[in-house]
Amino acid sequence: MKSLELKNLYDDFRDSKTIKAYASLIEQEAKKLDRSINIMEVCGGHTHTIMKYGLPQLMPKNVKFIHGPGCPVCIMPKHRIDHAYILAMQEDVILVTLGDMIKVPGSKGSLQNARAKGADVRFVYSPMECLKIASENPDKKVVFFAIGFETTTPMTAVLIDTVIKQNIKNIYFHINHVTVPEVMEELINSRDEHVDSYNNQIDAFLGPSHVSVIAGAKIYEKFPKEYNRPVVVTGFEPVDMMEGVLMILKQFSEGRCENEIQYKRVVSFEGNIKAQELINRYLDKASLFKWRGLGNVPNSGLKLKEKYSNLDAEIIYKDVLPIEEVEDHKLCICGDILRGMAHPTECTIFGTACKPNSPIGSCMVSSEGACAAYYKYGNLL
Amino acid sequence: MKRTVPLSAGNGGEENNELIRKVFYKAFKNDILLKSEDAAVLDLEASKIAMSTDSFTVTPLFFPGGDIGKLAVCGTCNDIAMMGAKPKYLTVGFIIEEGFDLRELEKIARSMKKELELNGAAVVSGDTKVMPKGTIDKLIINTSGIGELEYEGISSNNISQEDTILVSRDIGAHGATIFTAREGIELQSNLQSDCNSLYPTVKALIDAGIKITALRDATRGGVSAVLNEWAKQSDICIEVEEESIPVSPEVFGVCEMLGFEPTMLANEGTFCLAIKNEDASRALEILKQFNQNATIIGKVTNTHKQRVILNSSYGTKRFLDTPTGELLPRIC
Repeated sequence: MKSLELKNLYDDFRDSKTIKAYASLIEQEAKKLDRSINIMEVCGGHTHTIMKYGLPQLMPKNVKFIHGPGCPVCIMPKHRIDHAYILAMQEDVILVTLGDMIKVPGSKGSLQNARAKGADVRFVYSPMECLKIASENPDKKVVFFAIGFETTTPMTAVLIDTVIKQNIKNIYFHINHVTVPEVMEELINSRDEHVDSYNNQIDAFLGPSHVSVIAGAKIYEKFPKEYNRPVVVTGFEPVDMMEGVLMILKQFSEGRCENEIQYKRVVSFEGNIKAQELINRYLDKASLFKWRGLGNVPNSGLKLKEKYSNLDAEIIYKDVLPIEEVEDHKLCICGDILRGMAHPTECTIFGTACKPNSPIGSCMVSSEGACAAYYKYGNLL
Repeated sequence: MKRTVPLSAGNGGEENNELIRKVFYKAFKNDILLKSEDAAVLDLEASKIAMSTDSFTVTPLFFPGGDIGKLAVCGTCNDIAMMGAKPKYLTVGFIIEEGFDLRELEKIARSMKKELELNGAAVVSGDTKVMPKGTIDKLIINTSGIGELEYEGISSNNISQEDTILVSRDIGAHGATIFTAREGIELQSNLQSDCNSLYPTVKALIDAGIKITALRDATRGGVSAVLNEWAKQSDICIEVEEESIPVSPEVFGVCEMLGFEPTMLANEGTFCLAIKNEDASRALEILKQFNQNATIIGKVTNTHKQRVILNSSYGTKRFLDTPTGELLPRIC
């Protein structure tokens, strides 16, 4: 048998001939429409692909991408980052989190700043690393600052499961997991009080495929049915995204409004039932989660179930963790960008006061934020 | 029993001398160094010399393809070679944490010796300090060096549309190796750092009479930093064909998993070249004798002055920017 190489997995999905072929199919399909179509890619990973591969340059005039709020780091409100900072500064705590979370500034500074002041802050690639850190530091409390959408939630659930089953005494959780469908609903329903002319401009959604690997395509059923918005669950390679766009345009030209799967090679309608069960065993819906830039979104967050409150850092450290919310910078328009109402380049501080190494707004802090992607890849259109 | 470096070895007295004698003189011995004067007196033939300094810190100290010692010699010698000079004399400063494993120090000194020989260079002066435990992270090495100019006029300020842009091998190997070797990532791979001395390659180019405009080793900030520096310093636009940039499958895999771009990753034995158009293909042949993956990656235009543009094979363009901040893996 021929061995499988990494490039076998992506080569076809980045093939320039295929991308060009899709570009011309998209153009033909768009010509059939007598209107413009605004497609929101909900996920920061999609925004990244769009900018990295220059996909807007391949779109006809009447097809536009608007960038959604799907970057778990960007949407973290300042007061929760302050929680991470305060927890990290506790003498007996090792604060563990994922990737570029440590760059995001709260009102007291970022976790990088805390580390510079002597706090023990570590970033890991897999939450299971916490087990090793905890066993090597038995006299310390390891707090896992859990972030991410449906994609990363199962890893947290597995860690909780292991901590309980192995009776590990020094791992705690600060849960900041959020869910995609609830915020999509918020984007359709919400009206911005500052902008009179605001009406939501989203005609269709590209659903992030990795979220649906876990949660299934079923989570988007209500969007075509109740909100008249087509959804196509789409992969992250450029060919995937071009096909996803074509599928959306076809729905419009053929007068359909459906929940479809482009990423059929992995995503099913039901998703990963085992992962869903594990999440439901340990985590509950939180009634409110405040999204940075968007405000409170009902039912969009997760929290530890009450019976596991002995593992919940938010409860154990409640005396030192502030509950007041912290306002964002006045000049920052991240809220409008996350709602799909404005482009990063329309912001007066984009690229001037607000840059990736000194971010002011949430969309600039993570490499997956829309502003960071615009700053990094520019736009030669 | 494990022998370690005591705090007293930095006292300038007996223990200090013993460390210098047993570890450093043993590895670096040459007539100038062994004279043990306050400063080295050097014989130079060339009227022009190139000089450079750099300090080195790396975690882990030993990594696949090299160690901090090899890095410290390559780093300074390569900077000198990038100016068309032959690395000749180096000074070395060791700042050591109390309790450092003496055997590891000997190993590091031996690997420096080997790299010095490859460059035909010698350590002519040195310094050792020992810091109390916990005040530094194990070991810091500073090297400074001078080299005699063998090719004049190399400059990052003179690149024009008469030049072609090349890279000497596949990129990003050092950055990807160090990142996967770091704690918390737990990736297994066959990756090896590209840490290597570049003078032999530069000498081959000079000996063949290649018209060189600029050379720069793509260390921190990677190839994207070098190209952006060149675009700004020479007030030009560099256009790169994205598909032509050589990246090994291993480095590409790490980048795919962690959300990095190979062009952002550090290299320690890879350099960019701006060569006069008519000599570009001859230069490529010479580079290929040292590494098969050497490639022509781009050209100079005036489309967007002071910027680097990446052209995709399906007709889109984007800017390649200088990386900022700490390199962190993406979340999902």
